[in-house]
Amino acid sequence: MTQDHLQKYLFLVLGLFAVLSALMVVFTKNPVHSVLYLVLAFFAITGEYILLNAQFIAIVNIIVYAGAIMVLFLFVIMLLNLNKETEPHKNPYLKFAAVITSGLLLIVIVGSLKAADNAIATPYQGGKGLIENLAEVLFHQFLLPFEVSSILFLAAMVGAVMLGKKDIK
Amino acid sequence: MQQNIHGIPLDWFIILSTTLFCIGVMGVLFRRNAIIIFMSIELMLNATNLLLVAFSAYHGDAAGQVFVFFTMAVAAAEIAVGLAILVVMYRNTKSVDIDVLNRLKG
Repeated sequence: MTQDHLQKYLFLVLGLFAVLSALMVVFTKNPVHSVLYLVLAFFAITGEYILLNAQFIAIVNIIVYAGAIMVLFLFVIMLLNLNKETEPHKNPYLKFAAVITSGLLLIVIVGSLKAADNAIATPYQGGKGLIENLAEVLFHQFLLPFEVSSILFLAAMVGAVMLGKKDIK
Repeated sequence: MQQNIHGIPLDWFIILSTTLFCIGVMGVLFRRNAIIIFMSIELMLNATNLLLVAFSAYHGDAAGQVFVFFTMAVAAAEIAVGLAILVVMYRNTKSVDIDVLNRLKG
């Protein structure tokens, strides 16, 4: 019983952490600080994955998102020398409209989900997120998409290099 | 370790990921810096990932987590190409303000 309470508190603390750092990503002026707050949000989401007993996804989330993608963001920010607060002034009415719109979207989605009955919230069977179960599904059921994603990566790599070249003959 | 989800209702995960998604939407609408808009899109992708993992864990079906794996692969490719486009845009216009792209209207 106390373990259940501990899980709930962990969920609430991590969720609050994720939401606060996501808000700071949006509202911080300096892009470098935004990137660092986004890394914090990703770590909080990784904690939620561990609560869900999805260890493989948690590790991959840290390696891919907090490691690779955020380093790419920081690299581009440093390359373009954007690490200063040079946000041009936006119409305050537009900012007001943005906050109102997203708040309304949140209310609408949560309200419609309240009405739905979640009949699928069945008791949980453990260990689905462990790496051997995932490999079983990935390399039997989803083998073709897995191979096709390599073509996607090749296309993205060629596209990025082509875009980055200074002058294409 | 087996019954560790029982304490948390599924609704809580749904509400958390909805909140994160809406913060991402707000970031896209709120900021003009294209890099911050990219980060908000990443936040939205992560919110949907969290929802997929939650449903997968509560349903006892590993396919949802494989979907998250594919989403991460596609997101990585998207970010590589998107940041390359951003660098080209900065090289041509000397800013990453998305309002500069108004001229695409022709």
